[in-house]
Amino acid sequence: MTVVRDPALAADARRERRFFLSLSLPALFIVGLAAILPILWIIRQSFLTTGGEYTVGNYQKVLSSGLTWSALVTTLELSLGTLAACILLGTPLALALASVRPRLANVLMAFVMLPLWTSILVRTYGWLVLLRRDGLINAALTGSGLTAEPLPLVYNFTGTLIGMVHYMLPLFLLPVYAAMRDIDPNLIRAAASMGATLRQVIRTVIMPLSAGGIFSGSIIVLIYAIGFFITPAVLGGGKVNPLSTRIERTLSTFQDWGSASVLGILLLVLMALIGVMLLAARRLVAQNTVEASHA
Amino acid sequence: MLEAYPQNRLARILLWSFAALVMAFLMLPTLVVVPLSFSASNLLEFPPHAYSLRWYENFFGSATWMAALRTSLILGTLTALIAVPFALLACISMNRLGGKTAAAIQSVLLTPSITPGILLAIGLFFVLAAQHLIGTLLGVLVGHVVLAVPVACIVLLPALARFDWNQVQAARSLGANWARAIGGIIVPQLRISLLSATLMAFLTSLDESVISIFIASGRNSTMPKLMFLSLRDQIDPTIAAISTLWTVIVVAVVLIVTLRQKS
Repeated sequence: MTVVRDPALAADARRERRFFLSLSLPALFIVGLAAILPILWIIRQSFLTTGGEYTVGNYQKVLSSGLTWSALVTTLELSLGTLAACILLGTPLALALASVRPRLANVLMAFVMLPLWTSILVRTYGWLVLLRRDGLINAALTGSGLTAEPLPLVYNFTGTLIGMVHYMLPLFLLPVYAAMRDIDPNLIRAAASMGATLRQVIRTVIMPLSAGGIFSGSIIVLIYAIGFFITPAVLGGGKVNPLSTRIERTLSTFQDWGSASVLGILLLVLMALIGVMLLAARRLVAQNTVEASHA
Repeated sequence: MLEAYPQNRLARILLWSFAALVMAFLMLPTLVVVPLSFSASNLLEFPPHAYSLRWYENFFGSATWMAALRTSLILGTLTALIAVPFALLACISMNRLGGKTAAAIQSVLLTPSITPGILLAIGLFFVLAAQHLIGTLLGVLVGHVVLAVPVACIVLLPALARFDWNQVQAARSLGANWARAIGGIIVPQLRISLLSATLMAFLTSLDESVISIFIASGRNSTMPKLMFLSLRDQIDPTIAAISTLWTVIVVAVVLIVTLRQKS
């Protein structure tokens, strides 16, 4: 920064800064109007009766209901299950893609990203077709004699989890793949020339260096997964009810705006908790890396 | 990356078989609907015994679906027309201010994209209900613009970072006002990025479902809302025809964007 001494110039610089700041106003205004105001409104609504009077009754009602706690458990089960599946399926795929020439990898990445560009409703429909009792997968399973009876794959927890993993996997893959691509191949060559086995290279070179990417991918998965609505609503068949579908039912079927808002606030709290835990975890990871690099 | 290990053929074969399975898992649901959409049967049989275009005729002949298609296209166009100029101005602002101010603006603009859709949807529902705007196009439009602004910013910010600001300084010192400098220099030079941003904003609106489900209704129902309702009630191959068309349109738009950016 240069130090401006001339008061006229300083005033000019301030004016220019104010002008540039003002260019952000339309975008900030729309975010305030259509995202921040609505969230504040949910908080307000959670303290109101249907008649519009102030109350804490909504909180008492929602927090004492067993349905709320089972919705919370379902939300956590679905989110953690999705995360585990993304790590198990996505990390090897990212490793495979990072180990081929960039041109081929780009083509393969385009295929991997295809679902990202498919509407969530199209994909959900695709899964219904595949997973139904008389669907393609059950036909293949019973046809080949692997199972005698069709398996219950959809309109339950399994189907919901499959749909969610399918949605989140490309988003998880992106940062992991980027991190693995950034690894200097010379490090692996050096390790190999010193006699490290493939297993050792993966464990001591590749995994630590992609930890940052896996971490970012996991944040993305958790933040999205706790709010999933369409997938449980369709593939859950009414039997899988995380916070999101509970909110919809409370609002649409029971017209209970206050309780729906309290459930919304639970979702916000969950998001904040995940955010705090992840920040703490990142600090820990950063510390360990520093210690490791000093060791 | 693993070329230092040519002797580990088995490990490589295992890794690639696993990768192929995961990739099949990713592509299967998108691809399976295509043959189904050309089936002649009422049932979801696979592979279809006979082929026809009846589900496409069904879609194009249905007044409800056509109204939804119209709503979605209008909404997408309006969203892009509003979100992209807003995003461009905000990106210019962030680019010029830099530092903590720019970071603060960016994190505010990104809030909607990390907030669960269901929260935005019910919050917007309450706000709009208080203004008696539930079911109007305006309500859904506001929701879509706020989701499209960050998407457009992701495209425009890096483009502006590569932009040579001396040109604007020159124009300004020769007497051009800011409107002229932006319209005459920045916009023409960023036209490819602006086109990409416009298409992405359009797609964001076209694809958005949760806000539409809660706020759009009646004549103003969008395609995703109608698809959601029919997936819940009955699933006939009309949805397969719509899904196929939808995917073809989206993939075409994405291809245009990526190819234009490369050239």
